[in-house]
Amino acid sequence: MSYNWNWGIFFQLSPDGTYTYWQLLLFGTGWTLATALSAWTIALIMGSFIGVLRTTPSPWLVRLGNAYVELFRNIPLLVQMFLWYFVLPEVVPAAIGDWLKQLSNASFYNAVICLGLYTSARVAEQVKAGILSLRSGQRMAGLAVGLTLPQTYRFVLLPMAFRIILPPLSSEFLNIIKNSSVALTIGLIELTAAARSMQEFSFQVFEAFTGATIIYIVINVVVVSGMQLLERRVAVPGFIGRSPPAAGH
Amino acid sequence: MFSNIDWDVIVRSLPYLFFDGMRFTVILTLLATAGGIVIGTLLALMRLSGIPALALLAGAYVNLIRSMPLVLVIFWFYFLVPYIGQWATGAERPIQVGAFWSVLVTFTLFEAAYFCEIMRAGIQSISHGQAQAAQALGMTYPTAMGYIILPQAFRNMVPVLLTQTIILFQDTSLVYVISVTDFLGAASKIAQRDGRLVEMYLFAAIVYFAISLAASHFVRRLQHRIAIIR
Repeated sequence: MSYNWNWGIFFQLSPDGTYTYWQLLLFGTGWTLATALSAWTIALIMGSFIGVLRTTPSPWLVRLGNAYVELFRNIPLLVQMFLWYFVLPEVVPAAIGDWLKQLSNASFYNAVICLGLYTSARVAEQVKAGILSLRSGQRMAGLAVGLTLPQTYRFVLLPMAFRIILPPLSSEFLNIIKNSSVALTIGLIELTAAARSMQEFSFQVFEAFTGATIIYIVINVVVVSGMQLLERRVAVPGFIGRSPPAAGH
Repeated sequence: MFSNIDWDVIVRSLPYLFFDGMRFTVILTLLATAGGIVIGTLLALMRLSGIPALALLAGAYVNLIRSMPLVLVIFWFYFLVPYIGQWATGAERPIQVGAFWSVLVTFTLFEAAYFCEIMRAGIQSISHGQAQAAQALGMTYPTAMGYIILPQAFRNMVPVLLTQTIILFQDTSLVYVISVTDFLGAASKIAQRDGRLVEMYLFAAIVYFAISLAASHFVRRLQHRIAIIR
């Protein structure tokens, strides 16, 4: 191959004059993690709420929940990014639109909200599956001993459901970290974007991408082992979480 | 709000959006799915082969690809494919490949990792007795796989494979990052040329939504119809 390898590039100063290239990748990693963690908070809260709605006895709430999931699942993430970033400021009243456009770190906030809601639809799907996988006797027993419906969810159904869906939830968490890279299209300098700009300035394509790839693998390994630890801590004997084969990315 | 919206820009650009953009998206989706399933099945067979070296190799590839974001993989292959071409043909310098071939290779190899896991689950869902029965009848490994195991594994996994294809259809929009004109790329070009971001991105969202929703409803109906009662 006629390619000039130069692994020392990571320790050279980047064009901004203060930081070396590996420090740039580190900042990118910081933005990736900050985006993923903030978005994950939204995804968990909204996803649990919508997932619960879809298992309530009320057909209208179920329909509402289904519509929410279909909306966020059937539009590509990149298009959703553009809708939040380019379209939303134009269709709200002018004053709010101008405020949105002048916001500092606008791409970060946009990425967090977009990624959070996108993932919440997938979390909702898992939460629903988790609740439905419990025997219907559990719900009846909860109601029969005099708990209200919200109490039945809080004390009987959800504690079991969340344990069951821990494995698919951890793969959704890995997905949200990977999907945060899509935010580079709206100008967020996360890990992939940092590698890309390192490649553009230094012309060392493969070193830059190798660096980013290794960081992603490390994040992956840390998350997977952390989740396995958590799974073992919260496991209820006799109930083993298993994830059926599912499509995803 | 919506005061100076020009819906006509969509009508004017329909031929470009669909004959250039959507055609690219659909062809890329179909070819990458076909290639991804073939390579993915081979990877799954390697992982289940019981030969440590093959299983390790396929496992490492699948785990590597699955821990990387698609955007990064697209960048990787965008720069790597010319060198692979040079290596494969023994040329003097990196070979310039078109954008289409570059993204086709990317999506085929990327999706192969995901299809591999689906096919692996499919193969493992077939009871072991079937493989043993095939062996007892004197079938060789390729015959047993080709006539007994794989047809059933495919059938069990058709809904999941199709769902993955819908995800792939949505994911192809990410070729935007290397400025390839797929459906979203075409919409984005018009949007920027005419300053009509709102109209074009809303329209793109509606089209993706309609196609994906219709396809996922079809998959759900199919799932009910072909489910084998055991």
